[in-house]
Amino acid sequence: MTKDRIDRRFAALAAEDRAAFVAYIMAGDPDAATALEIMRGLPAAGADIIELGFPFSDPMAEGPTIQRASQRALAGKMTTKGVLATVRAFREGDEDTPVILMGYLNPLVNYGFEAFARDAAEAGADGLIVVDCPPEEADPLVDALDAANLSLIRLATPTTDDARLPVVVKRTSGFVYYVSVAGVTGVLEADADAVAPAVARVRAASGLPVAVGFGIKTPDRAAAVARVADAAVVGSALIDELESNLSSNKNVTSAVLSKAEELANAVRFARSNKA
Amino acid sequence: MSLPATPNDYTAYPDSAGRFGEFGGRYVAETLMPLVLELDRAYAEAKADPAFQAELKGYLTHYVGRPSPLYFAERLTRHFGGAKIYFKREELNHTGAHKINNCMGQILLARRMGKTRIIAETGAGQHGVASATVCARFDLPCVVYMGATDVARQKPNVFRMNLLGAEVRPVTSGAATLKDAMNEAMRDWVTNVADTYYLIGTAAGPHPYPAMVRDFQAVIGAETREQILELEGRLPDAVVACVGGGSNAIGMFHPFLNDEGVRIYGVEASGHGLDTDKHAASLTGGRPGVLHGNRTYLLQDDDGQILDAHSISAGLDYPGIGPEHSWLHDVGRAQYLTCTDKEALEAFQLCAELEGIIPALESAHALAKLGEVARDVGKDGVIALCLSGRGDKDIFTVADALGRQI
Repeated sequence: MTKDRIDRRFAALAAEDRAAFVAYIMAGDPDAATALEIMRGLPAAGADIIELGFPFSDPMAEGPTIQRASQRALAGKMTTKGVLATVRAFREGDEDTPVILMGYLNPLVNYGFEAFARDAAEAGADGLIVVDCPPEEADPLVDALDAANLSLIRLATPTTDDARLPVVVKRTSGFVYYVSVAGVTGVLEADADAVAPAVARVRAASGLPVAVGFGIKTPDRAAAVARVADAAVVGSALIDELESNLSSNKNVTSAVLSKAEELANAVRFARSNKA
Repeated sequence: MSLPATPNDYTAYPDSAGRFGEFGGRYVAETLMPLVLELDRAYAEAKADPAFQAELKGYLTHYVGRPSPLYFAERLTRHFGGAKIYFKREELNHTGAHKINNCMGQILLARRMGKTRIIAETGAGQHGVASATVCARFDLPCVVYMGATDVARQKPNVFRMNLLGAEVRPVTSGAATLKDAMNEAMRDWVTNVADTYYLIGTAAGPHPYPAMVRDFQAVIGAETREQILELEGRLPDAVVACVGGGSNAIGMFHPFLNDEGVRIYGVEASGHGLDTDKHAASLTGGRPGVLHGNRTYLLQDDDGQILDAHSISAGLDYPGIGPEHSWLHDVGRAQYLTCTDKEALEAFQLCAELEGIIPALESAHALAKLGEVARDVGKDGVIALCLSGRGDKDIFTVADALGRQI
């Protein structure tokens, strides 16, 4: 259930001495049915955790790839309720893979925090990442999520210094998401050497597993991150794959899933195959 | 520290968290949070530093051309049947609008903070031109994000920015107007955290921007107050200004907030009409939500997706509004009227014909409501209207709307 599902997954991975591969896709991209089909295939492709983006008209921290994914989802009339329906449908066939919803605050303000937390938990989501809700503004949302036993996953970044880190990790659970580059998603590449000390710092301050994302595009980079972090998050690279197959007549789902499998294998064997 | 929802002193807001009642705040990505907090500290220090204030006053006097005149608009007064109408002539400022007041303040702050690169967003291009101007003056590189739609309809300002050495980056996402330009500026800022200063052009965004931009624009209302006392021996019965993001309006309003007898009117752009989906009246036609770093009234659909605004005036074409206006609206201290594209066009021509002043289309929205305000205050009333910008930039848009060739 909810928070516990995330904790169980990280405990199992730690016992195997491997990092989690976290796959990010956007609900409703390119359409509701295909996104669900991709989501259902991700665990078998090696995703240990799924981040499911919910679309927003003004995704200020996203690079062009996820902006376009958001626009495709909205063009297909994806709504917040539709995102929760996707989670519910996924849960019918998967009781174990944690699902983290990721997006922006306004659709949640609009939905109502209490109602959203209740409906998200009921649908089978485990946690939430809200890009534009810093700790200073998060209390009303965290209160609602706590009541539904959902985690608010916090973001730490290269600009989060030691003085600020305790503020960032307060009232968080599940894991901490370390944004490895100052920038938008999917543009710059993370430097694995710089990531290692940052991960250690965040882990020490939070006592939680640390996932790294925002700059991981290739299996090599994913493997390098998986050696030092508890999880490697890949989003834009999967959506790039989706997008490039949309224009041709290839099967989008199998293209995205085989890309996910390639990245998942790089993460899975990163610590046994030292580069 | 949190302040009461119904104020005794309107000028005590925002609180330390940047709240005007339930509005404002700091809703930014974690990467930007330390920068926003640093800006808050740096601005508080500068604000309290007499040397900073003296430097700003010097540039406002000798570079911007302040104080701007308070002009008795005699023919419009007669036209509207009695109440005396005064224009606060912000269009006479260097660069032709009120925007330079804020840019001068922020560029001095950016220099003080040791920032070496400036970014800005612009709608009509007035804030872009003002930003490019101060960047040229202080030798700082300047990148201006501007919606591609606005680039097309505000060509003279794009050329001006280029002449001043700024790089104008057209933004093609969304409806390619001000909201999208602001998204793109935020993306630049989050990528260039060490050296870049984001010079926001309106009294919106994460705290401290709404309060800081208001403070820099409050020179408008402060001068108006002094000038009207000198000319009329009393305070005005009403102050009027157009509201997009709302920086000229809050600058005009703020020094009068605690004067109970002064009615305050903001004018939102209702585009093709409030009953259509083509307007920009966030207060009248929107609901509270969170965008661009603050909680405020927004145009949004049933699912909380932000809608594209529409106004003939590029400077009012924004689906949000500064948080202090949202608060003044909710507590009832200010009244917000609406003006359609058509009404603004008529007022634009009326002002040109009767007063020999071609107003910006933005300011024309305020002008269009003078009849209504004049009726409210009666024949013996006194009205001060913020003429926020000049209309040279708009002649192509207006000619097009009137079906004339230039």
